[in-house]
Formats: sequence, C-alpha cells, structure tokens
Amino acid sequence: MRAVVTVVGKDKTGIISKVSTFLAEKQVNILDISQTILEDYFAMIMLVDMSNASQKLADLAEECRVMGEKIGMSVHLQHEDIFNAMHSI
Amino acid sequence: MFNYKDVLETIEMVEREHLDIRTVTMGISLLPCIRATGEATAQTVYDLVCKKAENIVKVTEELSKEYGIPIVNKRVSVTPVSLICAAFPEKSVLVGRALDKAAKTLGIDFLGGYSALVHKGTADYERVFLNTIPEVLATTDMLCSSVNVGSSKSGINMDAVKLMGQVVKDTAAATAERDGFGCAKLVVFCNAVEDNPFMAGAFHGVGESDTVINVGVSGPGVVQHAIEAVPDADLAELAETIKCTAFKITRAGQLIAKQAAKRLNARFGIVDLSLAPTPARGDSVAQILEGIGLESVGTHGTTACLAMLNDAVKKGGVMASSMVGGLSGAFIPVSEDIGMIEAAERGDINLDKLEAMTAVCSVGLDMIAIPGDTPASTISAIIADEAAIGMINNKTTAVRVIPVPGKKVGEEVNFGGLLGRAPIMPVHDKSSEKFISRGGLIPAPIHSNKN
Repeated sequence: MRAVVTVVGKDKTGIISKVSTFLAEKQVNILDISQTILEDYFAMIMLVDMSNASQKLADLAEECRVMGEKIGMSVHLQHEDIFNAMHSI
Repeated sequence: MFNYKDVLETIEMVEREHLDIRTVTMGISLLPCIRATGEATAQTVYDLVCKKAENIVKVTEELSKEYGIPIVNKRVSVTPVSLICAAFPEKSVLVGRALDKAAKTLGIDFLGGYSALVHKGTADYERVFLNTIPEVLATTDMLCSSVNVGSSKSGINMDAVKLMGQVVKDTAAATAERDGFGCAKLVVFCNAVEDNPFMAGAFHGVGESDTVINVGVSGPGVVQHAIEAVPDADLAELAETIKCTAFKITRAGQLIAKQAAKRLNARFGIVDLSLAPTPARGDSVAQILEGIGLESVGTHGTTACLAMLNDAVKKGGVMASSMVGGLSGAFIPVSEDIGMIEAAERGDINLDKLEAMTAVCSVGLDMIAIPGDTPASTISAIIADEAAIGMINNKTTAVRVIPVPGKKVGEEVNFGGLLGRAPIMPVHDKSSEKFISRGGLIPAPIHSNKN
C-alpha cells in the first residue's frame, strides 16, 4: 500500500533529513520525492511504500502529525487513494 | 506522482475550508426483530443493532486517520419503528428506548428511524404510534423521529398533517425545560427517501437490503472558497466552478463510503451530495449565496442563486459517484448556518422566503424556531404548505420547526453544538384552523398518473 506524505511550513534547514529519518525508523520506504519553495514556504510531497511499515497507517498518520508539530511543520500522511479519488476521473 | 496543486488543494480543503464527511450512516433492517411482544422485540432490536454496528465508530475513526479527512458523525438508521410495532403500537416506546440505549452502547451520534409512513392514510396502529413520539423524544437522547405525510404519487394525508401539528406542539411541551429540544429531533416529510443518511430524517426503507452504508458529504466552505477564487466569473462559469468542486468533494465521500462498507460487512448504498452547513463561520450555505453577490441571504435573487448552486452541486456529484441518493442538495437550516442565523437576526430572511427557497433545493423549513404560542393548526398549515411544494415538484420537502415554549419573537434559543442557535422567527397570525380541521386527503397531482 502506498501513501502520500506532505510537509508544509516555513523553510528552515534539516526538514528533509528529519522527515526521512523518521520514516526510515518506521520502515517506510520513500519511492518519490518532490520539493519546492513557494514564497518562503517549504512544500514537500513524498510518495511512500507502506508494505513493510512497522505500524498501521492510521497510527503512523497520527505520529506524523505529532512529529510535524515537534519540528514546527504541518506534516500529513494519507492513503494515496484520497488524491487519486479527488483529482482524477 | 501527484502534482503540488492537487495535493495541497486537498490539504487546504480539510485544514482551512472545513471539508469533511458529514456522516457515515449504517442502515439496518429491523424486520427480522419482530417478536410476539413489545418487550421481546425491544430486546431483539437492541441486540441486533449493537451487533451490526459494533465496529462503526472504530472503523470510521480509522478511515478518518488513514485518508486524512474528518468524519464528523457516525449514525445508524433503522426500519420505521411503527412497522416493527404494528401489533403492539402502545409498546413502541420500549423499542424507542432500546434503540437509544443501543446508540449509547455503540457511542454513535444519532440513531434515526422512530418513524411512520402515513402518506396515504393513517392506520389505527400508526395513530397510536404517532402519539408516542413526544414521550419518546422527551425520554431519549440520541433517537430521531420522522413522519412521511405525503408523496407525489399518493397526495397529502391531511389527517396526519393535522395530527403532526399537535405532535410537534406536544413534543415541545414535553421538552419545555430544554427549550423544546425534542422538536429538533422530529421532522415531517413529503416524499421521504429511504436511504437518507442525514438526521433527523434518516430511516432505513423497507426496500433496502439488510445492512447498508450511506454517506453524506459536506463542504459549503470549499464551495465558498472556490467561488471567491473567481470573483469576476459570470454565472455559467460559476456553475462550472461549483460543479468541479462538488465533484472532488463527492469523490472523497464515495471513497470513504466504499471502504466503510467493505470493513463493516455492509453493502455500499449511496453518497448523499448535500451541502450541509454547520454553525462554524466559513461552513455556511448562506455565505455561499452572499459570495455569489447578495448583500444578505433572503433578499431578492436568493432563490435564483440557490437554484443554480443546488443544480451545480448535483451535476458535479452525480459524475463523481456510482450511486447517488438521499436528499442530495443544499441544506438551508436556520440554526445550523451562521449566515442564516445572522440574516434572521437582522430580519433579512423570513419564513415566507425560506419556503420559496425550499422549492429549489433540499430539503425544507429546517431548524426554525417559532413562538411557543403558535397554534397547532398553524404548524400543520406550515407542514401542508411544504408538503404541497414537495408533492407538486416531485421532490422531498420537510418541516422541522421548534415552537419554543414561553419564547416570543425577539428572543433566541441556543441548542449548542451542530444544532446551533436561532432567533425566534415570526409566523403569520391569521388562522388556518378551518382548513386544517377539514382533514381528509389532498389528492395526488395529475402528473402522478404516469402508468
């Protein structure tokens, strides 16, 4: 199963490192990563593979939110189907 | 890989624009629960509902986290209780209380189906049942009641309309210490639908299969935001923008509905494409209409704006879901919509304009507080007017008014939470007594003869 991680917030050093370390610890494999700066705002989207993840998606989503708060960013982890459903016919 | 715009748009819809799944409602057939006595039936009903919906809260919370979309309400709807209790209608109260207890055991938000379908005539057992509604609503918390008094095919049962005016009054009186709160859980329909996931009018139709998941989406805030993004669009372009937005909202609902049905061993029923407001600012249907270009909802042009909005929501939604049903349209409750509340407080919207609006949208005169001394016959007449609009226009209409005991125009009532607050709105003071006391049936309209 694949999920999408989004990280949005004010740009600072070490965001990618912190997020990817967190994901690695949870056995979540990053398949694709795309990142940009929009007017001082950092925005990153990662497509990740959850098949070997150490936790259930719902629990990991909650932990991601908490981790985001710690690093001062808005971090979401969501099943990829929500984006497929809403943005493709 | 997804593009930034799409992904961030979804996140923004949830974080800033109140996108949510308003309700996941499990419809459960109670027909297998009928036993020889009211007591045995009540126990069987309790057991069945607790078993079937055992995991509804757990599963919806899981889905909410996995997909990152809030699911606001978990609900259950059941077969109209009047049918289950036809052999012992005076014991309907027991089944009502058993359902309320089941709702509390399950931890759900509401349970609907303390209902009767009397659109052509009122059987003796149904008359007894209808008279139990005030007591049941006064002694339960989660249970909702609805009564269908008319349809395009059968006409309007004016005897039931007359009785329901009194039932609404009695319910208000029975819950007087809570400002007539019982009436917020009671809705009178014309053309009631069997797969409605929204309260207070949800019940599980007899034509449905045994366990079904129906989902109601919401998103007035998302639509409002989309409209604000195209300030100079003409109305055709605006309708197109609303359509595209409704499509996305509905797709989220469809995904949740299918997943919920799978995990709860139920059939996927329908997605209800309603724009359901909440009292939160930025989650208002009235503010959408004002965003289109009205100084206040209720002024001239409101009906036209609402007609366009309602139709565009449907067009976008129908494309997005394989099964559409329920009420599917914009809701215009007064107490549950901050824009409506403020317009009512300013006196910019009244009952007559709301009635006109119900001709072009779902569902009816909803969550409107009226003076406590409003005669039962006037409430019946309000119901009759709404039912007539529904019957002639082949659409669902409903009345959920609260005659707040002891309160007059100029005062306010506050129900709290999603039910919000409402100023007491004036009703016409001229009597409808003679018309209502005639009783009988308003015959079905000529266009019902299609066979």
